[in-house]
Amino acid sequence: MQLLNKKPESLLDVKMHYCPGCGHGIIHRLVAEVMDELGIRGRTVGVAPVGCAVFADTYFNCDMIQGPHGRGPAEATGIKRAKPDTIVFSYQGDGDLASIGMAEIVHAAIRSENITVIFVNNAIYGMTGGQMAPTTLMGQKATTCVDGRTAKQAGYPIRMSEMLATIDGATYLERTTVHTAPGVLKTKSAIKKAFQNQIDGKGFSMVEVLSMCPTNWGTRLDNPSEATKFVAEGMLPVFPLGVYKDACAADKK
Amino acid sequence: MAEKKLMKGNEALAEGAIRAGCRFFAGYPITPQNEIPEYMSWRLPQVGGAFVQAESEVSAINMVYGAGATGVRCMTSSSSPGMSLKQEGISYAAGADLPIFIGNVMRGGPGLGNIAGAQGDYWQATRGGGHGDYRCFVMAPNSVTEMANFPHKCYEVAFKYRIPSMVLADGILGQMMEPVEFKTPEVDPKTLTEPAWALGVNNGRAKRIVKSYDLKEGGVEIMVNERVQRYKAIEAAETMFEEKMLEDAEIAIVAYGISARVSVAAMKMAREKGLKVGLFRPITLWPFPKARIVELSKRIKHFIVVEMSLGQMVEDVQLALNGRSEVHLYAKPGASVINAEDVYKVMEKIIKKGAKEYAAAK
Repeated sequence: MQLLNKKPESLLDVKMHYCPGCGHGIIHRLVAEVMDELGIRGRTVGVAPVGCAVFADTYFNCDMIQGPHGRGPAEATGIKRAKPDTIVFSYQGDGDLASIGMAEIVHAAIRSENITVIFVNNAIYGMTGGQMAPTTLMGQKATTCVDGRTAKQAGYPIRMSEMLATIDGATYLERTTVHTAPGVLKTKSAIKKAFQNQIDGKGFSMVEVLSMCPTNWGTRLDNPSEATKFVAEGMLPVFPLGVYKDACAADKK
Repeated sequence: MAEKKLMKGNEALAEGAIRAGCRFFAGYPITPQNEIPEYMSWRLPQVGGAFVQAESEVSAINMVYGAGATGVRCMTSSSSPGMSLKQEGISYAAGADLPIFIGNVMRGGPGLGNIAGAQGDYWQATRGGGHGDYRCFVMAPNSVTEMANFPHKCYEVAFKYRIPSMVLADGILGQMMEPVEFKTPEVDPKTLTEPAWALGVNNGRAKRIVKSYDLKEGGVEIMVNERVQRYKAIEAAETMFEEKMLEDAEIAIVAYGISARVSVAAMKMAREKGLKVGLFRPITLWPFPKARIVELSKRIKHFIVVEMSLGQMVEDVQLALNGRSEVHLYAKPGASVINAEDVYKVMEKIIKKGAKEYAAAK
């Protein structure tokens, strides 16, 4: 019998803690496949966030660091500047990146820091139990807005890719999704490009990945299509997919 | 003979760090320490190092957290309000056992306070400052030459014991100019062996993780207890102090940093008047030289603590003495400079009062 598809070497064969239907496992695998394909595992340092992906340090089979909430881009900056031969990625959620770590991500982009950021947007705080995120949709229920997010109380969801696209230092920004199979494939190629840019020294790249959180969205765990429907009907209109910045193309004069 | 240069304290600290092998610096402007990032910005590239002006103190300390995790000798600096912001990263560095180096050029506080030299961050520096159970190795220079030479010791201790290290200076030391002697050997980072925990290009070795957490029951207890053993080793081997004219002293001034400089003048005044006064200067604030203070208390019955704060180090002196001798305090908060004459007057009073007490006892 021929083995057609095996677990990437860049992902350790350990039990993950993610909930059923969560998108993190898929995204971890995509990052790991890209590391394998680019042959960079031996010189990659990953930065794990605070949030659901905090244990990413034990899942990826490369050097990892776990630090304070939202500071991933700052840690990545320190690693990359101290050891320019490394490939550095910061893996962050929406609370981590778009709320407490807003300054760090914006200024990493401004400096065009030569790092890769994987931004998982599931519109909710997962690890802490379903509080409102900066990306929570209008009317979406969360444990800190039990009747749904209102503009009066909490303003509006932030579109990070669009915002960062206004920054000259941002090289590559793309929003993808993992709620469909084509979306997963597209996410992988975006992640690959984001790493390739770093290898080529092109500066700041971020892939924003829309992802599912059935546990904290209150969608049925035994019916994953409820969660994918929430991405399709709730998130996509607010967070349209696409490339928001691709300065690499412009570079090739 | 060692080379001598006229330098500002802040620049001496920066140059001293580079000579001690520092190759990464991240910082944010704040008075009175601005000469440190300014100096680093042009000097580090000359030696193949990296400088980043961070968007905030929070970001700067986390850049250092990242750089420190690669085993590179790194540094950040700030002054009091900025140090408050850095506490998050310092706690994480302590929890991840990273040997980072921090310079605090203290100014008056709390809050925005003022921009003059003060010593109000003693508690913050020696008690941890951030959350959780941890220690930092803290050195207090009292001259520009010490500003230049202490980074070497800080890195040495930090890497040997895997602990964050700090130079606790103040705005006066940072801003004043003195002839500087670089006494410590210049460290070429290329000659240093890469630590066994450093992240980076792995050449096929097993993956490494730098982290401060362990959610298993008892996990953090084990981590902290292991650290406590290292703290004990530091206390035993790395405590530093300086003594002046204590051999026959009836009163010992206890002062660190710039207060110790002023206290020397007060001591000389007292000696000229025939009062037997000496000076005990803690050089490491943590570990605090408590064993030596206990020893001194066998013959010295009055300790007067002189500091530019509301009285912070005085608690360490009291803890060390534990009632063995009398502890007096001459403290000036708010970055107001201590006057040697005022210190002298306090000592005069103590001696006179002491003389009466002795007479009454006889």
